Amino acid sequence: MAIIEQPSAVPALPTGDVPQFVTPASSYGVFRRPVTTTGWRSWIFTVDHKKLGLMYAVSATFFFLVGGIEALLIRTQLLSPDNTVLSASVYNQMFTMHATTMIFLFVMPVTTGLANYFVPLQIGARDVAFPRMNAFGFWCFLFGGIFLNTSWLLGGAADDSWFIYQPNANALFSPTHGVDFWSLGLQITGIASLTSALNLIVTVLNMRAPGMTLMKMPIFTWMVLVVQFLLVFAIPVITVALFLLMFQRVFGAQFFNVDAGADPLLWQHLFWIFGHPEVYILILPSFGIVSEVLPVFSRKPLFGYKFVVFSGAAIGFIGWGVWAHHMFASGLGPVSVAVFSVSTMLIAIPTGVKIVNWTLTMWGGKLWFSTAMLFAIGLIVEFTIGGLSGVTHAVSPSDTQQTDTYYIVAHFHYVLFGGAVFGIFAGFYYWWPKVFGKMLSETLGKWNFWLMVIGMNLTFGPMHILGLQGQPRRMVVYPEKLTGEGFFNLHFWNSVASIGSYILAIGVFMFLVNVWHTTRKGAPSPLDPWDARSLEWLTTNPPKEHNFDTIPHVHALDEYFHLKYEEVDTDAGPRLVKVRTAEELQAEQEANADKHIHMPSPSYWPIVLAIALPIMAYGIIYSIVLTVIGGAILLLAAYGWALEPSTAPESDYDPPEGGSPTKELASV
Amino acid sequence: MSEATLTETPTPDDDGVVETADHGTHIEYTDDHGHPETTTGLSNNKLGMWLFLGSECLLFGGLISTYMLYRGRHTGTPGPAQLWDIPLTSVSSFVLLMSSLTMVLAVSAAQQRDDRQTIVWLSVTALLGSTFVGAQVYEFTSFYHEGVGFTTSLFSSSFFTLTGFHGIHVTVGIILLMSLVGIISRSEVPGDKAEVVELIGLYWHFVDIVWIVIFTLVYLIPA
Repeated sequence: MAIIEQPSAVPALPTGDVPQFVTPASSYGVFRRPVTTTGWRSWIFTVDHKKLGLMYAVSATFFFLVGGIEALLIRTQLLSPDNTVLSASVYNQMFTMHATTMIFLFVMPVTTGLANYFVPLQIGARDVAFPRMNAFGFWCFLFGGIFLNTSWLLGGAADDSWFIYQPNANALFSPTHGVDFWSLGLQITGIASLTSALNLIVTVLNMRAPGMTLMKMPIFTWMVLVVQFLLVFAIPVITVALFLLMFQRVFGAQFFNVDAGADPLLWQHLFWIFGHPEVYILILPSFGIVSEVLPVFSRKPLFGYKFVVFSGAAIGFIGWGVWAHHMFASGLGPVSVAVFSVSTMLIAIPTGVKIVNWTLTMWGGKLWFSTAMLFAIGLIVEFTIGGLSGVTHAVSPSDTQQTDTYYIVAHFHYVLFGGAVFGIFAGFYYWWPKVFGKMLSETLGKWNFWLMVIGMNLTFGPMHILGLQGQPRRMVVYPEKLTGEGFFNLHFWNSVASIGSYILAIGVFMFLVNVWHTTRKGAPSPLDPWDARSLEWLTTNPPKEHNFDTIPHVHALDEYFHLKYEEVDTDAGPRLVKVRTAEELQAEQEANADKHIHMPSPSYWPIVLAIALPIMAYGIIYSIVLTVIGGAILLLAAYGWALEPSTAPESDYDPPEGGSPTKELASV
Repeated sequence: MSEATLTETPTPDDDGVVETADHGTHIEYTDDHGHPETTTGLSNNKLGMWLFLGSECLLFGGLISTYMLYRGRHTGTPGPAQLWDIPLTSVSSFVLLMSSLTMVLAVSAAQQRDDRQTIVWLSVTALLGSTFVGAQVYEFTSFYHEGVGFTTSLFSSSFFTLTGFHGIHVTVGIILLMSLVGIISRSEVPGDKAEVVELIGLYWHFVDIVWIVIFTLVYLIPA
């Protein structure tokens, strides 16, 4: 039902012969639509892509802190031998939920949030293709995340590591409801990912400003597009796996019952066919962000734009053919192992292309080491380290030694923390003035960056050594007498890693301090603080509700840069000279403002529909009655949704006071 | 220029010039007479529906793979050879395929803005779909009486999951069709009515096509 929605590219009354039948009363569906533009109602019923993007980012950052605290507890347990901070059972829950939270509740939603906020701005659109579905996606993510975390209070969280291998996760070995919460919670956040993927793909493919061909799109938008395609095809595979798991645990199906002849590799294949594209879902948005940040702070265009685009797409394609490299130790047989080894090595090529392009973007540029730039450079360095240790996993004989050791933990934290998270922080610093109209403090930013870099290298660097010494993943405690001596002493390197994690936490804390400081007494940001290149800067800070007073016509890649700079012949050859300031361009926008802009109307239904899902999920675990109640709410909300037009007719709004109707925006 | 407020802002050269560090900075203007396409030409709703169906392919792909892996694993309990009633399933498959025809007629009527015909054909489609679901319920019940339940064997778990998921999809389709009939008869469709019918038609055809694959792989090809 969610698909049936008015296209909002040309927000107007419903087309065709419908309006004559739609009375204002019936277009409400069941209730009057929410119309408030201030207060909490304007947030929870909003369909505005910028508010939703912000809500995504704020909620995800909250989960980032939760996952971070879980990580600190893990490192504290491993600080010294024979430690007793966490019991083995709690420790198992801790690392499972740390991974689950960081992947599904932080990196994925925060990049979705950034995409939600900036993709429409970057392509010169006023909103997304399916505004209500967008809101529904956000609420699914939030409620799914909360549902997942309530398992801590209801008997214990999932405790089988984030890939919940079978048959270890069946009811015999994992008797609490933790795994049930995990499978149902991830189904709900999966719905969020799927809806936001459909929404963003259609937005990018259908709603670009005039003149913006695909090869003139900003690179962040390109990477987001690739990621959404990965999500569309990867999410259903994990959905199947989660359903099988749920049926196994709740209804007694046999799928992973080895006694009945089940094949444990079924789960591994299904999980990793999702799981490997998922890795690129996590990293590609950050690649997009640094590809935006590096040119701006190098004062040069991105080197080899087309190569960056196509290598991103190539990563997306090849990413589907490498999943079994997570299973080299499971006895797949030499042919499979050889094939997946080679395909895994292949994927290093497009990744290397990107690294080269970023480096050459900086080459000869006028580098400005702002915090955003530092994080972007940090990504290049740290991700390359992680990428190189990744190539050692592609070599299957070496991988067989490394499987399930801390070497793997080191690898994926270098690519995910040093890669994905650094890219996200680069985005935070780069786009903060755009979103809030204030500049994050550069001084605190530098503290934030350097503490995080030092912290992460101290935390994850020693894990290479620990892993090659054979320290297994998920190890809860190590006895003093087995720690060894000299340089390879496990106690020493574990302590270094733990102290590193505290430094890392202080680094993240500096970011929070920076946000607090900026919000209280940050300087207002200039209109175009970084002399940026892409269209999102062609509007006020923060952007107006309708994004652009007039839809820009795009003539070039880096359109905004070319609006400001023109090439003139000088004695020293052709040079780019600044011909217009950001303020002049903004004034031009306002002078040509469109007179009538109808934005999609807020709606009750997305949040009502989303709240039905955790209710049904609790019902599956505890009582069928709740499932029935949840199902009833779901059905009601679906009908309410289907019966209301995406953009309410003018007559639905409160009578205008003082002449101007609520939603009609006159030229400013 | 407001940038002056920042200490570290890179400023252009003294003569107000930023160096072209790369030839890529040259402006490439498009010919204005040949407007470059910036949409796919499909409506947002239709493009969204196609993407959703693409996603559904992977869902059924996973379920079908699971079944194909486990279809021979039913030690000591009845398997496909003992259970299948090919004539019955063939008839119900035929009924489902015919519902695709009536769906096409409904879409055609909707495009001609003939509400009465649209309602008739949508109802017939829903009726045929219900016949299929009815046959599936009958089939499931008879398997259960022959001692093959959801938890009996790997084969039975994966069979009931696969065909059950398909049955749920058909059921959701029937609910959509009936809702559409109700909404059209009260003339309350928000948006383009013909397109809404077409979108539900796309979903309906997809579910039919999936059944062709399932019927072939599950029932016709011996384990």
